[in-house]
Amino acid sequence: MTTRIDTRFAELKRQGRAAFVTYVMAGDPDPATSLEIVKALPKSGADVIELGIPFTDPMADGPSIQAAGLRALKVGMTLKKTLELVRDFRKGDNVTPLVLMGYYNPIYIYGVDKFLADAKTSGVDGLIIVDLPPEEDDELCIPALKAGLNFIRLATPTTDDKRLPAVLANTSGFVYYVSIAGITGAAAADANAVGEAVARIKRHTGLPICVGFGIRTPEAARAIAEKADGSVVGTALVDALKNSLDAEGRATAKTVNAVAELTAALAQGVKGAQQAAE
Amino acid sequence: MNIAKPNSYRSGPDERGHFGIFGGRFVAETLMPLILDLEKAYTAAKADPAFQAEMNGYLKNYVGRPSPLYFAERLTEHLGGAKIYLKREELNHTGSHKVNNVLGQIMLARRMGKKRIIAETGAGQHGVATATLCARFGLECVVYMGAVDVERQQPNVIRMEMLGAKVFPVQSGTRTLKDAMNEALRDWVTNVHNTFYCIGTVAGPHPYPTLVRDFQSVIGNETKAQMQEIEGRLPDSLVACIGGGSNAMGLFHPFLDDPSVEIFGVEAAGHGLTQLHAASIAGGRPGVLHGNRTYLLMDADGQIQDAHSISAGLDYPGIGPEHSWLHEVGRVNYLSATDDEALAAFQLLSKLEGIIPALEPAHAIAKVMELAPKRPKDHLMVVNLSGRGDKDVPQVGDILRGKK
Repeated sequence: MTTRIDTRFAELKRQGRAAFVTYVMAGDPDPATSLEIVKALPKSGADVIELGIPFTDPMADGPSIQAAGLRALKVGMTLKKTLELVRDFRKGDNVTPLVLMGYYNPIYIYGVDKFLADAKTSGVDGLIIVDLPPEEDDELCIPALKAGLNFIRLATPTTDDKRLPAVLANTSGFVYYVSIAGITGAAAADANAVGEAVARIKRHTGLPICVGFGIRTPEAARAIAEKADGSVVGTALVDALKNSLDAEGRATAKTVNAVAELTAALAQGVKGAQQAAE
Repeated sequence: MNIAKPNSYRSGPDERGHFGIFGGRFVAETLMPLILDLEKAYTAAKADPAFQAEMNGYLKNYVGRPSPLYFAERLTEHLGGAKIYLKREELNHTGSHKVNNVLGQIMLARRMGKKRIIAETGAGQHGVATATLCARFGLECVVYMGAVDVERQQPNVIRMEMLGAKVFPVQSGTRTLKDAMNEALRDWVTNVHNTFYCIGTVAGPHPYPTLVRDFQSVIGNETKAQMQEIEGRLPDSLVACIGGGSNAMGLFHPFLDDPSVEIFGVEAAGHGLTQLHAASIAGGRPGVLHGNRTYLLMDADGQIQDAHSISAGLDYPGIGPEHSWLHEVGRVNYLSATDDEALAAFQLLSKLEGIIPALEPAHAIAKVMELAPKRPKDHLMVVNLSGRGDKDVPQVGDILRGKK
């Protein structure tokens, strides 16, 4: 099975450049604006979209993404509406890979089989579920692979060589390397340390490796893109969105553009990277 | 129900940390290697007689164990039924059962070479116990506590600070115990290299529910021996309050395979089960949060709902996974008591026995008030008096004066 993710990374490899992966929260600050933002991402240079599933208790996220989730929940966002958003996005874009990222409970409550079927028909390509390590692969990972969705695993600085094979075993699409031990939006990643980690993971897998957590600026995105197959930016985009809202937390005329402009600047950074020879 | 009865109720969890469908290890990859290390360290410690001997020394001379099993004569007379015994966990050093578990985990942390300890706390009893043992062993201590709980449990905040701990009021989410646990997990992910997370209840990712249960089982083991000595037989029933459920599990576990012993867990029904409450089994269903699958309070979309209880220690939208399993297999009966029932029990025990209970075990006493009168005078009922009420005196005083 080939997903849009596989196709996109093969294409980028031919072009000899790294992917720019963007994260935004579904339904933030409201479902309609959120759809416009997601539509604007590929037009502004995003190669892969990660779309957050709002959850009340995001244990691995910093204050910015916690607040984004709560903004979305406050206006009634749900997992069902998140899938509707993807379906609406797919009406105008059938090539950009889209990955849902979040926590297991909303999916578990939706029902795993029903969720996978609905995600597939909505046009979702892959899943990143933070609280499902390989030890819990029976829950969602194996069923997702059977349903034709990529299951993208997080590897972290604490994932040593002994553990890497287990982490990579059922991973597909790409590997998401979490550049720091920490939560989203925290300390900046050190590009050299990231380079070493990426090289280490590459000894175990042929999958593309994207790096996220702590990347906020075009310069940082570029530095990471020189060491890895992709740079992921989330918190900086969520912050740009938040800064465009009015005092009541509602979207303004500037909101979609605020995210699009930062996306374009970051994409320029990534595209300027000189990829290391493999 | 089509759930098969197991041969033993005491053999869980399986090697993946499951009690039936409950439990598991639902954590971020960053934490997974550490959780596997912890499991290894705990298995080694359990098999090491020196570990148990050292722990027994501290339990006796530092904590003050065994805690008495006390015949509550006036409460028994007043209720006119079962003979009621109180397991006096409130007499432990630091004033609750929490210290039993913290001692075990701190000794594990020392074996693992961890110098920094973090904890979440609701009522502050677990935070105080953690701060106490960190002071005793010279370890850095950081306690996460919901901002709402910081407000209503001031005496414990002051105690933790006096003991040298740093208390962080958590402002995210509902600003109670669940958010304190989220924040502790975020700290742990960030400082995983030097930090030990001392979880206060029988919840969280495997192996926490098991190791906390094992460290708390001293309560039930002592009770069994003490009752044998006093009455020459097993008790007929056990009653304990449940937030996450560590005091209850500690009392219950040694008795699970004694079929003559009726077991009652008491959840917090807050304003009532049709309104705001914290009774996960009565009002929730299975979901995944904080590293385990268990009964949770949530909406149709799987979003976690706010719990409510007058007692900060029970104000949590989940429950330990082994309790969820014991509920489903029918071994333990889970009941609930409202804020008002707990307040009435708080006052009754204070006036009849000269013992001011914490609001948490006041929920257990509230159900004893219903259960005991319906049972014969030779029925032996043990209630776990898991904590003392000093911390609740200002809050209850305000409520009672407001009501008068």
